[in-house]
This record gives sequence, structure tokens and C-alpha cells, in this order.
Amino acid sequence: MNKKGIEALVGFFVLLGIAALVFLSLKAANLSSFSGGETYALTAKFDNIGGLKVRSPVRSAGVTVGRVASITLDPKTYQGVVRLDMQKSMQFPADSSARILTSGLLGDQYVGLEAGADEKNFAPGDTIKQTQSAIVLESLISQFLFSKAADAGSTPPPAASTANGGKK
Amino acid sequence: MNVLAAIGRYVIDCFRAIGHHAFFFWQLMRTLPASLKRPYFAVVQVHALGNLSLLVILSSGLAVGFVLALQTYYALVTYGAADSVGLVVNLSLVRELGPVVTALLFAGRAGTSLTAEIGLMKAGEQLAAMELMAVDPKSRVLAPRFIGGIVAMPILALLFSAVGILGAYLVGVQLIGLDPGNFWSAMESGVDVRRDLGNGIIKSLVFGVICSFVAVYQGYEAKATPEGVARATTRTVVISSLSVLAMDFVLTALMFSTR
Amino acid sequence: MPSDFLRTNPDHASVDPLIAIDHVTFGYDASRNILNDVSMRFGRGLVTAILGGSGCGKTTVLRLIGGVHPVGKGSIRFDGQAIDTRNAAQLYGLRRRLGMLFQFGALFTDLSVFENVAFPLREHTDLDDTMIRDIVLMKLNAVGLRGAAKLRISEISGGMGRRVALARAIALDPEVLLYDEPFTGLDPIAMGVTANLIRKLNDATGATSVVVSHDVQECFAICDYAYIMAAPGVVIAHGRPEQLNASEDPQVRQFLRGEPDGPVPFHYPAPPFAQDLELRGIKA
Repeated sequence: MNKKGIEALVGFFVLLGIAALVFLSLKAANLSSFSGGETYALTAKFDNIGGLKVRSPVRSAGVTVGRVASITLDPKTYQGVVRLDMQKSMQFPADSSARILTSGLLGDQYVGLEAGADEKNFAPGDTIKQTQSAIVLESLISQFLFSKAADAGSTPPPAASTANGGKK
Repeated sequence: MNVLAAIGRYVIDCFRAIGHHAFFFWQLMRTLPASLKRPYFAVVQVHALGNLSLLVILSSGLAVGFVLALQTYYALVTYGAADSVGLVVNLSLVRELGPVVTALLFAGRAGTSLTAEIGLMKAGEQLAAMELMAVDPKSRVLAPRFIGGIVAMPILALLFSAVGILGAYLVGVQLIGLDPGNFWSAMESGVDVRRDLGNGIIKSLVFGVICSFVAVYQGYEAKATPEGVARATTRTVVISSLSVLAMDFVLTALMFSTR
Repeated sequence: MPSDFLRTNPDHASVDPLIAIDHVTFGYDASRNILNDVSMRFGRGLVTAILGGSGCGKTTVLRLIGGVHPVGKGSIRFDGQAIDTRNAAQLYGLRRRLGMLFQFGALFTDLSVFENVAFPLREHTDLDDTMIRDIVLMKLNAVGLRGAAKLRISEISGGMGRRVALARAIALDPEVLLYDEPFTGLDPIAMGVTANLIRKLNDATGATSVVVSHDVQECFAICDYAYIMAAPGVVIAHGRPEQLNASEDPQVRQFLRGEPDGPVPFHYPAPPFAQDLELRGIKA
């Protein structure tokens, strides 16, 4: 009677809430682009991670293939250790390189993966050997000024030091 | 000297009030296990507080969505960033406006009805009669209403946000003529389920606890006269609203600070 | 007619009280005592009345029996055990054995008549719906309202509401029935019905009833024993109705006869009338 009617209405109310949640998660947020699916872990070491954050995307050719799982500092080499969760369906050659890039001019930073030519693929838990750190604005400016000053003088500019990290 | 004594007395009264609230909260918590064994009463309250608030929440959500879309469009179009209207509206709703505005509306509509109902039950000696029948009114009357409010609030907040986004879609795409593909894809890439939606749900749960507790407390402690009940309902709205806004600041600072 | 019943004439000194109030002094705050050294005994199976003017503390006595407030001095004993308001288990047991009728019914306005009477059964027993239905209809029949079971509380009159509240109070067949001003605001027929019910219920179930009222006539018609209280919370007389009627005490006589002026003054204390009217040179 009345009791059943109220329970039905409340059930409808809760379903409405769940529908709203599903709509918001799928249509209006990034759940569908990385829902479920198995992942495998890769590690990359950078001299400078710049503005990279946890859950930043990992992209190859612009397509999102993974997420940053954690960022820590290696106490021995003082390098940033970035752990990546890669989609299991995407395998990369063992000599692929990772760079920290910026989306757009002033957007969020992400890890860009460039596929190499090796026949073997990364095994889960492998470390990406070739990495390039984020571009720090101050180094860029000082590099620019330095090269300008070198042009003005007669001494050849010293080897430009874009921080190349992780070459072991 | 008298002023000092008065200030001292006021401060001590504040402490006593906080202690009384805490003790009441503790007693309410203790009755929760027993009242969860008879969920029918809480279900009735979810209907009274949630279903019957749908009209207010949905229409407010729609209106807020309309206005947000318009305002962000006017602001962003000068920078050529009109495609981000959907993203900005979504983030504003899911992170802030959904939980907060829903809580304020809830305090006004459902909170006052709770306080008035319980206050009038107290005035009509119904609560005293229950006590003398060896039925704990906190367990039978207050706890189901408290639980009902906590269950209803996140659902209402989600509905508010969802309807708001739909409203923004109507204004942005149908009315202004923004590109629907960009509208939705900007959202999909920019809104994180765990950080934005999840934190928004946590906020609305916290607000649900606050609003329900204040409403139930004020009703139970109201003076059993018409003026007493009237004053209690006003206090419910004021205290709920201020607490929600203060808590919102604290939660936002905790959740969305850039680490 | 209530006066037809077989009035029990106990020798009050030897009666075995179900409830005993011993030298109780009580006040809601320290500045003012509602009850001052009050002692009462309520015999098993008897209808005992507490009479007195407004503000003499009669309703407070009922509240203390129900264990609502702790007493400052003295003790209240229920079936031999002192009531300790901090002992939740004891209070629960005590309240399961008593039923109280509030002054205006205190019915649950969101429930129907049937559900109001069923409330104690649903809360305290595991009976199934058919049994509850039978018991509720029996109780409603006892008060003459079986036909009103489906009505909502807003649809019934004040007198009917009191009877529903009475049915609710007896739902669990309590040993003690407390009545707070059951005759106030009722028409003569309803008053007669209520008085009749109180007496018949008490006799039929063997319960102990305590009736708080200021309606002397109705109370004396149905009670076995009565206590008369006066303003600062004291008992000024007690005895069987015929003993009280024959009393020579001026306070008792003023109350029983309803005389407007006497030991309880008509005027609330005030300065002389001439002073209030600011007349000079004229004696009031």
C-alpha cells in the first residue's frame, strides 16, 4: 500500500542518483578514457620532472597510453623516479625514450613516449633508459643570454647543457 | 570589571554549547546500529527529505547551469576560449556549487521541516510520551531522520550537478551555438573522476552530516512553545548555512591544494 | 455510574504500596523547590487520587514516578526498589510496567488511531500483524472506539483523543496507570465516560492507578484514597474521600468546597491599591 509506494519512490530516487553519477563519470569526466583494463609498470628517471603530477597522462603520438602512478626522489642519484602505469594492450620497444612535454603553450605537463626500433618490448617493471627532462624556463633564458653574450664576444659558446639524464 | 565577567561567561557558555553538541552527537551515534536494524523508518525519511526536495534541487540546478554557461561564455569568449565553457561549468558544479548550493537549499527546505516537526512533537509531549513508553526518541525519531538526510544529500548534489551541466549544454550548444563535440570532449579530458567528482561526493556527505545533525539537534532542544519552535527553525538555517560554508573552505583547501 | 463499584476500604497504614514516595524534596533548579518533603503511598490495585490547585506540583509527582528526573532528597520506591534514574536498564524495566495518559493525549500525529495504539506493541513485542491487529481492536473496544481505528489523529475530537491515548496506555496491560488531568476540558458526558473507564479498567486488570486532577467530584466518585496538595509542594491532607469530606482543616475545606477566598488568598501579593492607583490621602 502506502508502505510499498514510498519504498518504490525512494528506490526511484536512488536510481536517479546513480544515473546522475554514471552520467557525470562517463560523459563529463575522464573515466571512459582509462576505465578498467590491465596495466603494467614502467620506471623512468629524470633529472628534472618539472610540473609533472601524479595521474598526468603518458602519451605516444598524442594518444594517451598510460598514467603517472607515483613520483619519488632517488636518494642515491638525486634523480626523480617516475613510475608509469601503462595500458597492457600497448607494448613499446625496449629502447623507447621518454620526454616531459607540455600540452599546448602553457598547459599541463605529460610524459611523451617515442617508440624505438628494438625488436624486444619492455617487460613489466623495466626502466626506460633514454629520458629527457622537462625544460626549465630559467635554464632556457640563461642559455639564450649566454649564447647572445658569446655571439657578442669571440669565444665559442660552451657545449649547451640541456640536462640529459639517465644515460647509464 | 563587569564587561570582563560577561565576556568570560559568554566564552564559558560557548564551550558548554560545544560540549552539549558533542555529547548529543555521541548519543545519536550510539543509537545508529539499533535504528539501522529497522531501515523502513529511514527509508520513509529519505523519501521526505530527498524525493520531496527534487523539485527545488532540479529547478535550481537547471537555473544555475543556465546562468553559469552564460557568464563563463561572456568571460571566455574574449580570449577565444569559448570551447572551455563546458569544462569550467562542470568543474564549478562538481567541485563546489553542486555540494554547497544543494546543502544550502537542503538546509532551507528539509532542515527547517525537520526542526519544526521535531520541535512540535516535543511541544505536543509526543517525545516525553515515547520516553515513558520505554522507547528512546533519539533512536525512533531522530536517528532515521539523521540517516535519511545523509543518504539524500549526495544524491541531490549529484542530480544538481548533472542537471546543471545539461542546462549549460542547452544554453551553450543550443542557444549560443558552441560546438557540441568540443563541449563534451573538453570536459572528458579535463575533469578527473577521483579528484573532482570523488571529492565533490565527499563534500556533500560531510554537508549532509552537518545539515541533518543541526536540524535534528535544534528540533530536539527547542523550547516547547510556538516562539521556541520558530526560533529553532531559524537557527537551523543560519547555523547549517554558516557551517557548510566554513567547512567548504576547509575541505577545498585540503582537497584541491596544489601539491 | 462510577459510584456503583465496590469501593475498597483499606486501612491505609497497613496497605502494601506498589509505589512509595518517602520524604521527597525536588526542584528543577536549586533556587526553587517544587516538592517539599512529600510522602505518599499508592496501594496495589487501588485508585489513588492526587488533588490540588495549579502549581502545587501534582504533575511533577507523576514525572518522578516515571523516572524522568532524579530526586534531590528522599527516595521513590517502585515495588520495593528505589528508582535510580541513571540506571537505564532499571528505568526500562520500570517503564515497561507502567502506562501514562498525558493531559492532552500526546498522540503521535503522523500515525492513525490504529497505529497509535499499536505503537507499544510494535516497539516492545515481536508479535505478528494479525495478533497486533486483534489486540489493538480489543483495546479500542475497551474504550469504545473500535469503529474509529482507521481515522487520522487530526480527524478526532479532544475527548476521543484522550480515549485513544488511554487505549495506547493499556496496550501492554501495565501494572501501573498514571493519569495526568484526565478530566480537564471535557464535557460532562465525556467526563463520566472517562471516570467510568478509569475505574472499570483498574478493577478489571487489577492495576494500580494514580489520578492527578483538580476535579474533586469526579475523583471522589472513583478513587479509594486521595492526597490533597497545596502550593509550595506539600501534602496538606490525605485519606479516604469520606474522611476528607469530614475534615475540619480550613485549607482542605476551601479546596473541597471551592471557596474563592480563604487560606489560599484571592489576591496575588501586591502593594496597596491606592498606592498603585497613585491616589494620595485616600485609604484603600
